[in-house]
Amino acid sequence: MKKIPSPVAKISLAAALTLSFSTNLMAETEIQWWHAMGGVNGERVEKIAKDFNATQKEFKVVPVNKGNYTETMTAAVAAFRAHKQPHIVQVFEVGTATMMAAKGAVYPVEDVMKDAGVSFDKKDYLPAVISYYQTTDGKLLSMPFNSSTPVMWYNKDAFKKAGIDKPPVTWDDVEADSKKLQASGMKCGFSFGWQSWVMIENFSAWHDIPFATKENGFAGLDAELVFNNDNVVNMLGKVGEWQKSKIFDYGGRRGDSLPKFVNGECGMWMNSSAYYGAIKKQAKFDFGQTMLPLNPAIRKTPQNSIIGGATLWVLKGHDKGDYKGVAQFLKYLSSPKVQAWWHQETGYVPITTAAYELSKKEGFYDINPGTDTAIKQLSLNAPTPNSRGIRLGNFVQIRDVINEEMEAIWNGSKSAKDAMDTAVKRGNKLLRKFEKANK
Amino acid sequence: MLKQVHFKSSALPYMLVAPQIIITLVFFMWPASQAIYQSLLIEDAFGGNTQFVWFDNFIELFDDDHYVKTFVRTLFYSAMVALLSLSVSLILAAMADRVIRGTGIYRTLLIWPYAVAPVIAGALWAFLFYPTTGIISTALTKIGYEWNHQLNGNQAMFLVIIAAAWKQISYNFLFFLAGMQAIPKSLIEAAAIDAASPAKRFWTIIFPLITPTTFFLLVVNIVYAFFETFGIIHVVTKGGPANATETLVYKVYKDGFIGLDLGGSSVQSVILMVLVIAMTVFQFKFIERKVEY
Amino acid sequence: MIENRPVSTFISHAILIAGIAIVIFPIWITIVAASHDAARLLQVPLPLGLGDQFFDNLKYVLGKGVGDSAPLGLMLFNSLIMALMIAFGKIAISLLSAYAIVYFDFRFRMFFFWMIFITLMLPVEVRIIPTYAVVADLGMLDSYWGLTIPLIASATATFMFRQTFLSVPDELLEAARIDGAGPMRFFFDILLPVSRTSIAAMFVILFIYGWNQYLWPLIVTTDKSMVTIVMSIKGMMEALEETPQWDYIMMTSLLAMIPPVIVVILMQKIFVKGLTETEK
Repeated sequence: MKKIPSPVAKISLAAALTLSFSTNLMAETEIQWWHAMGGVNGERVEKIAKDFNATQKEFKVVPVNKGNYTETMTAAVAAFRAHKQPHIVQVFEVGTATMMAAKGAVYPVEDVMKDAGVSFDKKDYLPAVISYYQTTDGKLLSMPFNSSTPVMWYNKDAFKKAGIDKPPVTWDDVEADSKKLQASGMKCGFSFGWQSWVMIENFSAWHDIPFATKENGFAGLDAELVFNNDNVVNMLGKVGEWQKSKIFDYGGRRGDSLPKFVNGECGMWMNSSAYYGAIKKQAKFDFGQTMLPLNPAIRKTPQNSIIGGATLWVLKGHDKGDYKGVAQFLKYLSSPKVQAWWHQETGYVPITTAAYELSKKEGFYDINPGTDTAIKQLSLNAPTPNSRGIRLGNFVQIRDVINEEMEAIWNGSKSAKDAMDTAVKRGNKLLRKFEKANK
Repeated sequence: MLKQVHFKSSALPYMLVAPQIIITLVFFMWPASQAIYQSLLIEDAFGGNTQFVWFDNFIELFDDDHYVKTFVRTLFYSAMVALLSLSVSLILAAMADRVIRGTGIYRTLLIWPYAVAPVIAGALWAFLFYPTTGIISTALTKIGYEWNHQLNGNQAMFLVIIAAAWKQISYNFLFFLAGMQAIPKSLIEAAAIDAASPAKRFWTIIFPLITPTTFFLLVVNIVYAFFETFGIIHVVTKGGPANATETLVYKVYKDGFIGLDLGGSSVQSVILMVLVIAMTVFQFKFIERKVEY
Repeated sequence: MIENRPVSTFISHAILIAGIAIVIFPIWITIVAASHDAARLLQVPLPLGLGDQFFDNLKYVLGKGVGDSAPLGLMLFNSLIMALMIAFGKIAISLLSAYAIVYFDFRFRMFFFWMIFITLMLPVEVRIIPTYAVVADLGMLDSYWGLTIPLIASATATFMFRQTFLSVPDELLEAARIDGAGPMRFFFDILLPVSRTSIAAMFVILFIYGWNQYLWPLIVTTDKSMVTIVMSIKGMMEALEETPQWDYIMMTSLLAMIPPVIVVILMQKIFVKGLTETEK
């Protein structure tokens, strides 16, 4: 036992350290902000908090990375159940219905602002961004933070080489261009990530067809999934066919297929506009972004796309005074300067009109052409019940089910019709379960 | 079980077991009973709305053919991890037992994977096999084999099996080598005099003599694959594509932790607990018998 | 070996070297990736040899920590404290309970044994939410206690020590009794010294177990000063729409591997001995 240091000494050392850590930050009121931003974006979150803390002395916002989106949300849920919740938690858009249903837990942002006497005008915010997070009577529940929408990224150099003079507008263009790209030596035509969001949710909104009944769930918990319609099934069936000839090549969930695009394997890539920073850093070619492709047989012109990303929710259960700090911070966060900086650095869409205007004035879109595609797509038309967003319970699991079934189409083990029928059936079961739990 | 020569009962033994028992009660028994209770409930994530539904969650789970498939898949996965890891380490140990020089160096190099955290091991293998850029996946593509474990379920399964088996090779190797080196040299020499070939000597003398070690390792490896490779699956495939690499433990995590379906995931926890108890009893009986031998 | 067969010895070495090359390859790639810059790691084909960024990456990682996390030194320190507390805690309580179960005849002896035993394998991942609630109620969030105590109850160690004690000759206790030693003196002066290889072996296993914890620390800590190194690596890979900074991730992974590797390598002989002695 000689080599091993005494456990007692170690433990008392540890205890002493715990003590010293917990006592040195007592002066200001701490606002806990749990977020899911790792890597470079995590550093940007730190900067926002630091800058806010420097503007005043009363409050100190403490950002804590709690893992990825799901880990962060679950951590907040577990913490709430144990009465240890943070003031602010970042929740991705699919968690919206779960958060909304938690009536005793959530402090609507609009109320936070009003109760703290902080000025707040909804008209300052981009309608397409905040409509996803409003109640049916228009109250804003959470503060949009990092929002994006899927766009079509394309490799300009490869297009030139293949003799294509303009980016695709319709799905027929996508097919034709893919073949040309392949003929010019590319391995695949296009790929995409976040497949349920891009290829089903946004495809439906873009063509103004319902994803679920009850206004995509906005109008009631008894919504049923309806995305096994012919329009979606035919589209996915085609993509499944394309997988065989590599017109389309699947590269995984989320953003896992990004290397296919930036390494010049595929000439087009559909995914969040927020990949701007990553693509810019990695692509060794000239690239552009254009709007999502359209199927004119379904609708002559596109409706509008829906957003993704995450918002900040305020949780109840802290001292009243704390929420004053929360309100001030949210106000600071949505100020044009912070928003414009965040938008330009990350590629997320700005949440206020003022930040959009500021970025315009600063010439950001002239230097980086195409970066306003996302905003244009979102504000193409006034949102309809099919394009406002999606608000379904257990949506995290439903998306997983959809992912699984879509993967079964790509690897040829199921037909598109079969896969979508199963996805709807399994998804509806989850919806009923959620309805039962929240009655 | 009990020493022939032992102390009489007094307050002391209770005090000795107390710390262990208290921790077990507070941090295992209590949460486990909560899980059992939870398995009879349907509840929203934040706990604001709770309904007691008896065994509805159980019925629903057994109705779900996905669960049965996951069960079978987990058995296959665990068996493959154990088989791969055991056979590779058995070969390496047999070779290391034969050579005179360098055993120490070989052992020191082989021991590294054991120290690597599952999440890090997952990250390493995911990096090597990443479609498009991974070193191994691009090499495979070059020789004409299309690698995309994000699309192809069999490839995904293969990858998590390799990653999980890799981590366990060190541990198995150490045990096999120790077992082989404990065999009296005279036995092997006798066989050598009979002019038995090295391969024959291995199968007729060495392998039977290390059977207890092999069996012990088999149990350890299966338990490892069942419960401790969660981190690897989480990082490499997240259970995909299309459920191809979802194991029982991963499904509990996915439904409960990601999906926030506390009732449904508690049911699975309860089933796992029963399974654990069964496996424990089995392992215990086996090791107990071996001790007598 | 018994006979001298250069060919077969050569084959053995060849197989060993090939096997080790395969086993060690991912580790080598970690070192390689830690020595290039991030952009290089996204271009095909990836490098197989060392780059020139190793010390720059090391300096960066050590100097500022990655992402929004705590300084790397503090993370390593936290991991070390956690691993040591788990290892020593488990060893201490398991020694005591195994001692009671093997050397004392008392009521509920078997009941206690089974109760400890069934905690054996169920990983904390599958009962994490109720366990978290307990820790929160006890006010142990964001502390080393909360990080470690729920992981300390150990059937494996209790079982191991039980096996060790069972193999200790009865004569030792008889001799101690003649010398008039009480139960605790027997435990400290005789039983512990004869069990030291098992204790050392358990230490290796438990140190690594503790060091490699990921999900539990993530859930119970929110204070940045409590971040452990394994946790931080996973955080770095979840970069959302940004690309993971593989160079820093691999450098940090490498640093995270070093302490457990040192423990294993330094203690490998005693580790094997301790495990195989009791296993027989």
